[in-house]
Amino acid sequence: MSETNTTNQHVSFLKYQGKYKGLLGWILSTDHKRVGLLYLYTMLVFFSTAAILGLLMKLELIAPGMTIMGPQTYNAMFTVHGIIMIFIIVVPGLPAVFGNFFLPLMIGAKDVAFPRLNLLSWWVYVIGILTVLSSQFIGGWPDTGWTFYAPYSFRTPVNILPALFGAFILGFSSILTGINFIVTMHRMRCPGMTWFKMPLFPWTLYATAWIQVLATPVIGITLLLTVMERVMGVGIFNPAMGGDPILYQHLFWIYSHPAVYIMILPGMGVISEILPVFSRKRIYGYKAIVLSSLAIAFVGYFVWGHHMFTSGMSGRALYAFSFLTFLVAIPSAIKVFNWVSTMYKGSLNLQTPFYWAVSFIFVFMIGGLTGLVLGSLATNVHVHDTHFVVAHFHFIVFGGTGFSFMAALHYWFPKMFGRMYDRTWANTGWVIFFSGFLTLYLPMFYLGILGMPRRYYDYLPEFHGGNIISSLGAIAMIAGILIVFVNLIRSSRHGEKVTEKNPWGGRTLEWQTDTPPTLENWETEPTVTEQPYEYK
Amino acid sequence: MSQEKQHISSYTSHFVVLITLIILTGISVAVTRVEMGPLNTLVAMIIAGAKASVVLAWFMHLKFDNKLFAIFTALVLVIFLLVLYVTFFDYSYR
Amino acid sequence: MEKITEHTAHVHRDDEGDKLGMWLFIFTELLLFGMLFLIYAVYRYKNPVAFQLGGEELDVFLGTLNTVILLISSATVAMSITAMQKGEKTKALILLGTTLFIAVVFLINKWFEWGAKIDYGLYPNSENLLELGHGTTLFFGLYYVMSGIHALHILIGIGLFVFVYRQIMVNKINKTDYVWLENVGLYWHLVDLIWIFLFPLFYLIH
Ligand SMILES: [Cu+2]
Repeated sequence: MSETNTTNQHVSFLKYQGKYKGLLGWILSTDHKRVGLLYLYTMLVFFSTAAILGLLMKLELIAPGMTIMGPQTYNAMFTVHGIIMIFIIVVPGLPAVFGNFFLPLMIGAKDVAFPRLNLLSWWVYVIGILTVLSSQFIGGWPDTGWTFYAPYSFRTPVNILPALFGAFILGFSSILTGINFIVTMHRMRCPGMTWFKMPLFPWTLYATAWIQVLATPVIGITLLLTVMERVMGVGIFNPAMGGDPILYQHLFWIYSHPAVYIMILPGMGVISEILPVFSRKRIYGYKAIVLSSLAIAFVGYFVWGHHMFTSGMSGRALYAFSFLTFLVAIPSAIKVFNWVSTMYKGSLNLQTPFYWAVSFIFVFMIGGLTGLVLGSLATNVHVHDTHFVVAHFHFIVFGGTGFSFMAALHYWFPKMFGRMYDRTWANTGWVIFFSGFLTLYLPMFYLGILGMPRRYYDYLPEFHGGNIISSLGAIAMIAGILIVFVNLIRSSRHGEKVTEKNPWGGRTLEWQTDTPPTLENWETEPTVTEQPYEYK
Repeated sequence: MSQEKQHISSYTSHFVVLITLIILTGISVAVTRVEMGPLNTLVAMIIAGAKASVVLAWFMHLKFDNKLFAIFTALVLVIFLLVLYVTFFDYSYR
Repeated sequence: MEKITEHTAHVHRDDEGDKLGMWLFIFTELLLFGMLFLIYAVYRYKNPVAFQLGGEELDVFLGTLNTVILLISSATVAMSITAMQKGEKTKALILLGTTLFIAVVFLINKWFEWGAKIDYGLYPNSENLLELGHGTTLFFGLYYVMSGIHALHILIGIGLFVFVYRQIMVNKINKTDYVWLENVGLYWHLVDLIWIFLFPLFYLIH
């Protein structure tokens, strides 16, 4: 573009120096790749924190009675674990890290549409995190659960305001990212890249961005109203003043159900990128995947009531929400068929990203099918608010988003850092993680069916067996995470150098630029002539 | 980037739109004096909807801008109305 | 290592994209207020009589006045865009100044309206209000929340107008580059749009 760059070609984005040096050169950089990595590092820190909280809870549950903490601490633990994991990790997760890094690369753009807004969204994100965490110093950890249900959220003696405000601010960050991505995809696709030549990860980001834009304000206003309720006593959700606490639940889930699709849709996109590359085959049913993503985003707005089957809604509403919930399962199932058919008769290249991707399909199916158990009225009443629910959403949120995040990390790692991780350790980490994951969460389905309620630090002795297995699984899973992280962090500095542009033989645009990419991604603007995933 | 195809609304057209909006406001105020029961709400909402459409189409330029903006706006309204509708599955039958 | 002095990627200009971004932001606002309207609808449905009586407490004259001046301000900001497109800078500034002035007047009216209510003892969690029963509490709770958040948007709008006014003064916004003015205009119309619904719901329907 400008003369200054001609002398600097092939300087990677990791090394170039702009106006600022060192750390400032990162936290003030508007380069989408650096912003993506800023998100990645921030998430690494907070994911580890929240994962440790999760481990502590599982250790508490290893035996009935008080093991290592009392009830109030346990309540605080699951609340903070939930708030961090949902609002700080999985909701921004894939879009903020890999969306920022790879969306412009995959559509042949130099950056996102609003680079400064992009950097701002990271700053807003950090401010949101600090606000949430400040609750520790002003009034104690929140103890309401991440759902902040009325009326407890304005009656609890601990100071819930920082958490509410923090989540509100994090919402802004999410909205900014969403707006940025939609405009980027509308305005900055390179010549030749029509909508239906766009790769699937950008497509799922597009659907996700719309949910971010249209659903996040709902949680924003809901949290704000809860703040007002607590500070001024307006009475909107307060049954003592005529308000309806169930309306709080409606509003909360009008956001939080679509939020599940903010978490999972980009993950589906990642899997749709990886499978064709490692099967050496064209993706099966490209358009079906695109349309089902959009369908999920749309129908996903109208199913929120399945979180409230035992809250006291009208019977008519119960049927309606149950029906709509079953409807939204269809597009998800379509995707699973597409992925399996893509692998069918492909020449499979068994590498770490492929392992993560395939295990994603497995855990996603378990999560999805148990979701139908929860979506049908009769069974829901039986397992509502038990460990069955906890297992289900960890299969979707951690199994779905987490596995696809790991898959994405192992897939794009060489492009991002210009180095390769140790494959043996990566595979070992995956095996330990995967088996730990299953050992941790599968017994919880069983415990839930037996009737073990969630959100208690204690349980009846008859649940002891399942809990021991589950807690041991947690330890194994954390060990797996540790191996994966240590391997990746070590390799990002000392791993074997990768200089070739396309180590996996991918067909999408991000593999046609330098490794790691230069500041402006392209020396000459790329042009697209054929569909993505055209393997001969 | 391209500025050439920008449509410039005239002062007069803005003025006409404003007068229309004020007249609609007047009608809306006057009509509530007439007792029509639940119809009052309906009429008030229809007039407000008409005013909103005028603002969207002329002041906010949806009539002249990229059709995409108008389509998106319609989509957002549809989603909102559907959410409202589905919520009342609960409240109308409780 | 050599230095690259400027990150050139964001130099490119795309007015259409900027406008799309603004529209997306407007959608978030529509949904935000939409949820408040949803809450209003639910509580009106559950407490029809109290909401009717609550509406009669509000000053229709002040409400109508504020509606009309807000409509005028919408027209003036739209006209200032026309002026900018034609390159009539002074006219654009006068029209924008008028809009700014009206926005302030709107807030002053609001101040008196709220003041009268508060003197009356009608404010969230007040004893007077709680005595009037659940439905009325909800009506006034929503009245304060919704018109309060709307007033906050007016306040932000005033800030934006001041900013844009300065940008026109220093020719940063000019005949060929005025997307900022357009976007602030869009924001202001949104504020108007919300009021178009707030007005009948609180002041008119009996
Ligand atoms: Cu759900």
